Order: sequence, then structure tokens, then C-alpha cells
Amino acid sequence: MSFFRRSPWILHYDGSSCNGCDIEVLACLTPLYDVERFGVVNTGNPKHADILLVTGSVNERNVEIVENLYRQMPDPKVVVAVGACACSGGIFARAYNVQGGIDRVVPVDVYVPGCAARPERIIDGVVQGIAALEGKRAAMAAGRRRGALRPQSGSQPAGAA
Amino acid sequence: MKRTIVPLGPQHPVLPEPLVLDLVLEDERVVDAVPTIGYIHRGLEAMVEKVEYTEMGFVAERICGICSFMHGMGFCASIEDIMGVEVPERARWLRLVWAELSRIQSHLLWLGLGSDAFGFENLFMHCWRMREEILDIFEATTGGRIIFSVNRIGGVKRDIADSELAGIAERLRALGERFAEIARVFRADPSIHHRLAGVGVLPAGEALAAGAVGPMARASGLATDTRLLGTHGYDRLDFEPVVEAGGDCLARVLVRLREVEQSIDLIRQLVDRMPKGDGQPIETRVRGLPDGETFMRLEQPRGEVVYYLKANGTKYLERFRARTPTFANIPAMISLVRGHDLADVPNIILTIDPCISCTER
Repeated sequence: MSFFRRSPWILHYDGSSCNGCDIEVLACLTPLYDVERFGVVNTGNPKHADILLVTGSVNERNVEIVENLYRQMPDPKVVVAVGACACSGGIFARAYNVQGGIDRVVPVDVYVPGCAARPERIIDGVVQGIAALEGKRAAMAAGRRRGALRPQSGSQPAGAA
Repeated sequence: MKRTIVPLGPQHPVLPEPLVLDLVLEDERVVDAVPTIGYIHRGLEAMVEKVEYTEMGFVAERICGICSFMHGMGFCASIEDIMGVEVPERARWLRLVWAELSRIQSHLLWLGLGSDAFGFENLFMHCWRMREEILDIFEATTGGRIIFSVNRIGGVKRDIADSELAGIAERLRALGERFAEIARVFRADPSIHHRLAGVGVLPAGEALAAGAVGPMARASGLATDTRLLGTHGYDRLDFEPVVEAGGDCLARVLVRLREVEQSIDLIRQLVDRMPKGDGQPIETRVRGLPDGETFMRLEQPRGEVVYYLKANGTKYLERFRARTPTFANIPAMISLVRGHDLADVPNIILTIDPCISCTER
């Protein structure tokens, strides 16, 4: 990738992780990795975010939190599952309160493996997330163009345009 | 006076973890705080019914990613206690080296998060840059940055060569010099004092009554430190518990600053006093199945952790229980936020160094 088309803003939510991946997500922001120099910003507001970064698995309690955060994010949006727990439940898959990976609740675009996922891998996951984001943006733009040319049935064409 | 309830969490910019508090406010002043738990609950302790005791150590390690080494150590030491396994001398010393490195790592991590909470982002970055050096040592000696899986029942998986140990001690000495500069900022900066001094004061009596542990209790003048029991080999080291009298947020910062210095000194002592020579045994082969029960206490970076294990002669344990330090500190934290401004709440919460994944497991 030669350059980013946009600076992705990231919303991080800790599902039921052990902190390991969360700390590595934070480590991405600090001097050794420092993703902010590429314009990757960690935001606390879902309405500002492009990429939802989830660490940890889904349990009884946080299902609706993950759903809520995802719903509030504007389109196009991408979900990156960070770490073995977010991908599949990981070592805790057999624990009684763990339902599995976050793809049970929201559609996941990028899976980042590892226990705990290393910062390099997390950054790579975000970079792949940006590519997915670009794909979705292009699809949305194409959808808008088609919509302008061929209005949906039932609605009158606005003038000659 | 208008009463409002402000929910804090589960997704909050200051806290990376889903700590959930309903703050009852009168104007800007907090009159009560109601915690809600369960967002990180996995049901880890009940996994002993499905995971064999030999592999449960790897699950125990993942109670928390910050003090993972000590959870693994506590679990393995408990099983060793039940089965009467004699751990090789070298492994006992190595465990302490990793344990004290974990303490430095955890405190640097916390000092960074704390600085972020009181709005000193520059300091946050400096602390985390130093923390990466400790992670480098972990990676070189265990292969992992966060989760090491280096503890085994009966010893440790990897040895650290004597030359490498000397290198670690030297690296830490240099780190200590750079840390002194950061410590000077924490101790002298007026803006930090403005935010922290006199905020969230926990008197010694209340700390005792609420059952506070670790740096939280020591910052209120209580000289409690599980390491003083001398178990796990701490009797071979010379140290005094770090105690501050203030009881406020600043005192809790100062305790952790001094504990980083203390741990650097402890690792120097460990490296000096450890029996020299490469190729010593580091693991006792364990045979048979555990039967019996035990209590185990350890001083984690956040305070005392207590493990209870009960085995019944099968490969699955009957009960595994961990009372983690944050769990013990939450009652004191709730009483601390009462009467303070809403803007001080993140500082007070962070100075107990909450670890929610430990608490909820």
C-alpha cells in the first residue's frame, strides 16, 4: 500500500479479554509503534469511528454493547477482531459464559490471530481493514450512482435528471 | 440541588477496560457510586472441570494479561504445594526475576495510564516507551511479550544464561537512571500535584476496615506486603515495604514510583545471590495426580492475590478460586469517589490500578 486514502479513526472495545490484547492495542499508540503518525486515531466516540477494533470474546453481558457500538458507527464501517478470543473464543471457548468470537454478533472483516496479538499484527489488521473500508466506500459510491440513474420503483424521476 | 445519574463505561475513553459505575451526582459532586460487574466474566475458575490440571496453568495465566506471569506462578506453586513437588533451586530464583520484572512492567504501564487520566499525555508516552524495554527482556527470555507460558508445574520452561542475567541487571541499572528523570517529574511537577494531592484521601483506619491491599494500603500507611512472609524465596532478599503516609492519589503514585526502584534493586540482588552456573536443572518431572487442598498467597503488582485449590485425585481439579487484588480494593474505591467532583473520578478510579479482567475472571 503506497498511501492511505484516509486516516482511519478507531473505536476500541474490550469484550471479555484478559487485557493482553487491549494493552497491545494501546502499545500501538505509544512511541515504539506510534500509529498516530499515520493518522490512525483512537477515538472514544462510536459516531466518529471507521474501524471497530474488538478484543476478547462475546459473553451474556456485552452482546448488546458490541451491537450498540456497531450500530452507532457511520457507514462504511469495518470490524477487526483482535486476538484468538475475538476470533473464536480462544482458550476460553469452553468457559460457560463465553459464547464465541465476535462474529456471532457483528460481521467481522479482518481476523487478527495471536494470544496475545502482537502490535505488528494489530497494525497489519488495521491496514487490511483500511483496504476493506475503501472497498465498501467504493461500493457505496457505485450504489449511489446507480440510484441516481435508475430511481427505485414507485418514486418519480426528479425532473429529467 | 438536582440529582442526576451519570453512567461511566462500559466503553469509556479513559479506561481501556469495561468498568461500569453509575455515578449519582448532586450538581458536580458525586454522592454515590454503584458498580455493575459481569462484562468481562468468562467463568474461568469453572474451567477446571473441563481442562486438565497440567494445562490449567495456561488458563490461569490468562486471568489477566498484565500480571499474567504471577497468575501462572501462583497456580503452579499451588499444585506443587499439593503434590509436594520440590522445585529446583534455579527455577525458584528465575521465577522471582520474572515476577519482579512483571512488577516493573505493570507499574510503568499504570504510571502511563495514570498520567493519561490526569491529562499528561507526554508522560504517558515516556512511561510506555520505558515499558517496552522490559517487554524486550521478556521477549528475549521467554518468547512472549504479554503471555509467557514459561511456568510449569515443577519448575520453569526456560533457563536464562548467567551472562544474560548480568546483561538484564545492567540494562535495568541504565533504565533506573532514565526512570529517575520521569520520577522527578511525578514528584515535582506542580500540575500533577494540583490534580492529585489531597484528592481521594483514604485514611489508614478506613483502608484497614475496607480490606485494601497492595499499593493502595501501603499509600495509606499500612505496611502490608505479602512478600514479607518470605515465601517463594523472598526471604533471601533484603527489602522494606514501600509505605507512604498521605493516603491520597499522589501517595498512591509515589508508592508505585518507589516500587519500580525497589524492584530494580531486588532484581540486582537476585542476580548477585543466585547460584551461578549454566545447565542447572530447572524442572522437576511431575508424576501422579494431585489430591488435597491449599491456599497460596502472592504479592502481585496490584496487591495480594489469594489462590485456593482443591484436588480430588483425578486429573481435573475440584475447585480453583482466585481472590484478586482489585476485587479487594473496590469497596475502598467506592467510598473514595463519594464527595468528589465528577472530573476527579477517573483519577481516583485509576489510582487503585483497577484490573477488571482479574476481578471478574
